[in-house]
Amino acid sequence: MMIDLASISSAPKILPIQTRLTTADHWDHFLARVGWKRSGHRVEPGLYAIGNPVPDAPVFVSANYTLSFDALRSALDGIDGYILVIDTKGINVWCAAGKGTFGTDEIVNRVFATHLKDVVTQRKLILPQLGAPGVAAHEVKKRTGFWVEYGPVRAADLPEYLKTHKAGPEMRKVQFPLRDRLVLIPVDLIRLIPYMLAAAIVMYFAGGWVSSLAVLVSVLAGTVLFPILLPWIPTHNFSTKGFLLGLLAALPFALSPFLRHPDWSWYHRLGQALEFLLAMPAGTAFIALNFTGSTTFTSRTGVKREMFAYIPTMAWTFGTGILLAILFIFVH
Amino acid sequence: MLNAYLENTLVYEPELCNGCGVCVQVCPHAAFEMDGRLAVLVRPQTCMECGACQLNCITGAILVESGVGCASAMIQAALKGQKEVECSCG
Repeated sequence: MMIDLASISSAPKILPIQTRLTTADHWDHFLARVGWKRSGHRVEPGLYAIGNPVPDAPVFVSANYTLSFDALRSALDGIDGYILVIDTKGINVWCAAGKGTFGTDEIVNRVFATHLKDVVTQRKLILPQLGAPGVAAHEVKKRTGFWVEYGPVRAADLPEYLKTHKAGPEMRKVQFPLRDRLVLIPVDLIRLIPYMLAAAIVMYFAGGWVSSLAVLVSVLAGTVLFPILLPWIPTHNFSTKGFLLGLLAALPFALSPFLRHPDWSWYHRLGQALEFLLAMPAGTAFIALNFTGSTTFTSRTGVKREMFAYIPTMAWTFGTGILLAILFIFVH
Repeated sequence: MLNAYLENTLVYEPELCNGCGVCVQVCPHAAFEMDGRLAVLVRPQTCMECGACQLNCITGAILVESGVGCASAMIQAALKGQKEVECSCG
């Protein structure tokens, strides 16, 4: 890390910050949620003061992603303290901790760069619990003299936590409620829209508007319905959950050649039904498998196991479905 | 039917535990609980291999191959021929 000379020679620089979020903050959160300039939602790293902190006021550590920083400062409404914003390249606490950018080195460097020892008399840093995968608390203590205290998972629990500085199991456990799953939908959907439209146009020329609609339905099943229904779809693996959901979505399409084309030969109708039954569940399952990275509980070992178990099935069912579609272009 | 998430790489050696309790604090899935002076691995199957317990355990009583459980990151790494899988978020 670079140490600029100005920060060494000058007095500690402390920036005042409000705990109330403005319309501009909410607009920034909206843009972050729809994936607009994903790494552009940054806070200047440094030391911030909320309220009128006294010399032994608590110090909270945050990532320099606006959603993380704003969740923290709005939870601290009415509390006097400091926020030490470390440089996580505009990435949230948990993901940055996984990469190591919300980590021991960056905290140590930032403690020295902000002259934190000259600002506060107490020697404790309160970290979000989800920063722990990147931070060795004992290491921070050894290198800076500051003890690390892991606060609750959610910033909203901080006022309650600060009464006793003890977090019960409920404050320590990561949940993945509907609300948290819903806010993830726009980013994934918007990222897939160009591919979805391209595939829908290709399928329109290959099989008409029904095939085109099938593309849209499988992608929407994977990106919208899957996150919503996640806990209620039976089976444990994301791929099998995706296959199931995709199969349900494919059923009306599989029936369509029997209802719409009674004049076709039986193998033609069956072939078209199979196109949908093979290709659609595979597409939805693949999107579902990719949702593992957005969840709060999948292990790398587990994801790897399910990739090896199901990606081959996705590939051959999808391939066979598309192959059938191509074959029937020539039959028409 | 296969449940890919029943096994993971978490290994705990209770004889090395000094009872500091940091593993109980950092685990987001309550895999550890304190029983008197020692930590006990009560829910090993909930481990998501984030590595927080291992990194914060001063006595080295916990070992886990930490990494991101993210299929798209692993698929991208495989396509690009990289060994290191890095989370592609943000």
